Amino acid sequence: MSTESYIRRPNRPLQVYAIIFLIVLYLPIMFLPLFSFNDSIYTSFPLSGFTLQWYGELFQREPVWNALMNSVKVGLWTAFLSTMLGIFAAKAITKYRLPGQNAIIAFIMLPLVVPGIIFGVALLVLMSSLGITLSLYTVALGHVIICLPFAIATLLPRFEGLDPSLEEASADLGENAWWTFWRVTLPVVWPGILASLLLTFTVSFDEFIMAFFLTGTEPTLPMYIWGQLRFPQQFPSVLALSSMIIAVSFIIVFLGQWINRDAHISTRRKGAKP
Amino acid sequence: MSTDAFISIQNVDKYFGKFQAIDNVSMDIGHGEFFSLLGSSGCGKTTLLRMLAGFENPSKGEIFIDGQPMSEVPPHHRPVNMVFQSYAIFPHLNVRDNIAYGLRRQKLTKQKRGDMVDEMLELIALPGYGDRGANELSGGQRQRIALARALILRPKVLLLDEPLGALDKQLREQMQLELRALQRQVGITFVFVTHDQEEALTLSDRIAVMSHGTVLQMDTPSGLYEAPKTRQVASFIGTMNFFEAEVKATNGAIMDIEAQGLGRIQLPRGDRHFNEGESVQVAIRPEKLRLSDEKPEGPGHTVQGHLKNSAYLGERSHFYVALDGMDAPVAVSAQNRTRIAPDTSDAKPVWLNWSEESIVVLGKD
Amino acid sequence: MVALTLRLDLWSVAEVDQASSCMPDTVTEGVEMTNPNTTVTLTDAAAARPPVRRRGKIAGMLQRHESLRGFFLLSPTLVVMTIGIVIPFAILVTMSLWTAVGFDFNTTLTTQNYQTAIEQPIYGALMHRSLVISGWATVGTVLLSYPMAYYVAFHVHKNKMMWIVLMTLPFWTSYLLRVFAWKVVLGYEGVINSGLLWAGLIEAPLEFLLYSQQAVVITLAHSWVAFAILPIYVSLEKIDRSLLEAATDLGDGPVARFFRITLPLSLPGVIAASFLIFIPTTGDYITPALLGGPDGMMIGNLIQLQFGPVNNWPMGATLAIGLMLYIAAIGLVFLALTKVFRERMA
Repeated sequence: MSTESYIRRPNRPLQVYAIIFLIVLYLPIMFLPLFSFNDSIYTSFPLSGFTLQWYGELFQREPVWNALMNSVKVGLWTAFLSTMLGIFAAKAITKYRLPGQNAIIAFIMLPLVVPGIIFGVALLVLMSSLGITLSLYTVALGHVIICLPFAIATLLPRFEGLDPSLEEASADLGENAWWTFWRVTLPVVWPGILASLLLTFTVSFDEFIMAFFLTGTEPTLPMYIWGQLRFPQQFPSVLALSSMIIAVSFIIVFLGQWINRDAHISTRRKGAKP
Repeated sequence: MSTDAFISIQNVDKYFGKFQAIDNVSMDIGHGEFFSLLGSSGCGKTTLLRMLAGFENPSKGEIFIDGQPMSEVPPHHRPVNMVFQSYAIFPHLNVRDNIAYGLRRQKLTKQKRGDMVDEMLELIALPGYGDRGANELSGGQRQRIALARALILRPKVLLLDEPLGALDKQLREQMQLELRALQRQVGITFVFVTHDQEEALTLSDRIAVMSHGTVLQMDTPSGLYEAPKTRQVASFIGTMNFFEAEVKATNGAIMDIEAQGLGRIQLPRGDRHFNEGESVQVAIRPEKLRLSDEKPEGPGHTVQGHLKNSAYLGERSHFYVALDGMDAPVAVSAQNRTRIAPDTSDAKPVWLNWSEESIVVLGKD
Repeated sequence: MVALTLRLDLWSVAEVDQASSCMPDTVTEGVEMTNPNTTVTLTDAAAARPPVRRRGKIAGMLQRHESLRGFFLLSPTLVVMTIGIVIPFAILVTMSLWTAVGFDFNTTLTTQNYQTAIEQPIYGALMHRSLVISGWATVGTVLLSYPMAYYVAFHVHKNKMMWIVLMTLPFWTSYLLRVFAWKVVLGYEGVINSGLLWAGLIEAPLEFLLYSQQAVVITLAHSWVAFAILPIYVSLEKIDRSLLEAATDLGDGPVARFFRITLPLSLPGVIAASFLIFIPTTGDYITPALLGGPDGMMIGNLIQLQFGPVNNWPMGATLAIGLMLYIAAIGLVFLALTKVFRERMA
C-alpha cells in the first residue's frame, strides 16, 4: 500500500511518547536485576555496591533446585500436551467447515479472558471431589487448560496461511491424512509448532495462579518465590531468582516469536468455501 | 445413462449450508475424451471437478468412475489426478521431489524413480531442472511441473482446474495446443474447467456449459456454437443477434416465421417443434450475415437497412445496421479481406444477406 | 518464451491401454516406441498403481461427511476443555448451593450462601470496589496503549514485528514477578521513595504509594498494557489507508481525520481490549495481596481466603459464581450500549 508522504509525516510528540512508553514498560522489571546485584537487603537508592553473593547463595540452596526441576518438568509436559492438542484443533478449525465453529473457538479461548482465580478454584473443586490429591500432575492439567489458547493462537495463523491446495494435492497424489501431515503440513508449519512449544513452556514456567491452587507438596518456582516473600532477609535472593527467571523467559519468548515471525496476526475467520 | 461411460455423474446435488451449488447435474464422460466444464465464476464447475477428485462429496446423487461408485472413496484412493489452479507446488521440495511425490507408495528403487522423473522432465521440456527449488520457478514452469507430477502416476482421468488462467496470452495459446496434442496421444480422459469460451472451443471434444449449478447444454464445440438450445447458451458463447418472431404457419416441412426487422422468412422445419402462433426468437451470428452496398442477387434471404456505426478491429470490422422495426442495431462481422476499409458513411442504405442454415430458432425463455 | 516440445514418442498409447481397464473407442494412431526401456518403466509403473479398494464402513462414513472428520480431529481438545472448563464449572455451581459444616459439606441444596452474599454488606462492597478498581485500570490501560498502538500502526514502517514483540514481551514474564517489581518500585523504602529522598525532593517517604487502591490500579494497568495493545493495534492496522487519504482530499486536517475516521474505525479493537483487561482484572488477587493493603483488597482475595484459611468452600464457590455473573452482566450492558451507539452512527 503506497501511502502518500503527507500521511507519513513523522509525528515527533508521538515518537517521544512511544519511547517513554517502552521505557516505562520495561523499567519496573529492570529494577529487579538491578537490585539483585546490590549489596544490601533493601531495594533503595543509593546503590550500595556490586555483589554476586545473592546469586551464589541461590545455587547452593536445594529447595531452589527442586522447585526449578519441578517447574521444568511441568513446563515440558504442558508444552508438549498443549501444542499437540493445539495442532489437532488448529487443523480441524482451518480445514473443515464445522458447524458452530466460532462458538467452539470462543469456548477454547475462555481461559485467556476469564479471571484465573475462577479456573483455579473450579479445578481445585473438581480435583477434590474426585479425590485426587494435589501434585505436579494437577498443576500440569491446570497449565494445559491455560496454555491451550496460547498454543492455538500461535498455531492458527500458521495453519491458516497454509495453502489448502497443498494438502489436497498431496491427497490427490495418493497420500492419506497421516502421510500428508508428515510430508507436507509439518514441514510448512513447523515454525509455528516450535514457537508454540516455546511459548507454552514459558507460560507454564511463569504461571502462578493455577499453581497456587493446585500445588501439592512440591512447589513450582513461582510458588517457591511466593513462599519466600514473607521473609525480608530473603528479598535479595528472591530478586536474584526473579531476574534469572525473567531473563530466561525473555530469551525463550523472543526466540519463539522470531522463529514464527512470518505468520501474521490473522484476524479473518475461515470463510465459506467456494 | 449409458453404462460404458468412463465417468458417470448421476443426479448430483451439492449444498454448502443453505446454498445450492449444484442442482441435479448428470453427465457421462467417455474414455479418452477431452471434456470441458465451461461457465462464469460461481457456476459450480470447480465444485463439480472437486467432487470428481474427492475433495467434496455430493449431497445427493452418485459419481462413478470406471464403473465404481466413488462416494466412500477418499481422494488419495481415486484413480484420478488433478492439476490445481494455483499449481500447489510444494514449497519445501525441489522440482525432482515434487514430481516424484506420488511415487513414494509404489516402492520403486531410487534409480527407477530417478529415471521416471528425468523422463517427465524431458516430456515437459525442463531437462536438468530437477534440483531447482520450488520458489525459483516461473508460472509457466510451475504449471508444467504440476502437470508432470500428475501424469507420472498414469491416472485414468486428469482433472484440470483452470490451469492456464495465470499465463499470459501467447503462452496460453501455445500451451492450449500442446495440451490438446498431449491428450490425443496419451488417450487419457481430461476433464478441464475454464471460464474462457475460446479455450473451451479450441480444446474440447465436448463441452458442458454451466450456470448456477445446472448444465445448460452439453454438446460438441460446433454444436454449441451453431445450434445453441437456449438464448443463454447462445449469448454465452460468442455474440449473437436476436430477433423477436412469431410462427405464422407450419405447413408440413416448411415453417413460416414473421421476424422483427427481418420480415417474413420460410425455413425447413427440420426437427424443431413450434406451434402456429407461438412466440419464438430468431438468432443469427454476426459473421453469418453478409453486408453489401447493392442489393445482392443469388440465394438466401435479404433485407435492407441503414448503416449506423462501425468499428475497425484490424483483422475484421464490426458493422451495426439498423433495420426497420427494430430498436437495437444488428451486429455484422466481416473480415477485412481488402486492404481498404469499406466505406462506412453514416446512414448509408445497405443490404444484409444470409442463408437458411445460418438461422437458429429458439423458444422464448 | 520457451517453446514447449512434447516428446510424444516416449509415451506409448498401447502400453497405457493395457494398464487401464477399458479399451478406448476413439483409437488414435499408435506412435512407435523408440525407447524400449521407457516402455518397461511405463508398464511397471502403471501396473504398480494400487487399484481402488473397498474400504471399511467407518472410513467410508468419514469420507462422506466432512464435518465428522473435523469433529474427530477436534475431539481430543474438546474433551480436555470439557474436563477443564465445563465439568469444574458445573461442580462449582453445585458447590455454591452447599454449605460448610466444620470440615465437611452439608450437601443439601440451598441458596443460603447467595442470600448471605446479598445481605452482608461486605460482599457487595468488595465486589463494587473490585469493579471500580478494574474499571479505572481498564480506562487507564486503554488510554495509555492507544497512542502506542497508533504509533506502531501508522508511523513504524520497518521491523513492525520487532516493535510488536518488544511491546508484548513483558507480558510473557511471570505475573507474580511483575507485581513484585512494582512493590520494589512503590515500596516505603523502594525505588521511588529512596530515589526522591536521595535527590532531596522530599523529606519523608511517601506513604500513599503502596498499600492503596492507587497502587493496585497502577500495577494492574502496567501489567495488562501489553495485552491491550494487540487488539487496538490490529484494528488500527486494518484501516484502509486510502480512506485517510480520501478524508484529507476532502479537506480534513489531521485532528479531524483522527476523530472522524481513525477513532471510529478502531473502536472494535478498543472495545475488545477493554473486555480483555476488565474481565481478568476484576478477579485478580495477587496484586491486591502484595500491594493493596486493607484498602485495596478485592473480591479475589476474599474468594481465595474462602478456599484457604476460612475454609468455607461453598461460600468461595458462591462468590466465584457471583463474580462471573457480575462480569457477564456488565459485559452484556456494555455490548448493548455499543450496539446502540453503532446504530446511531450508521
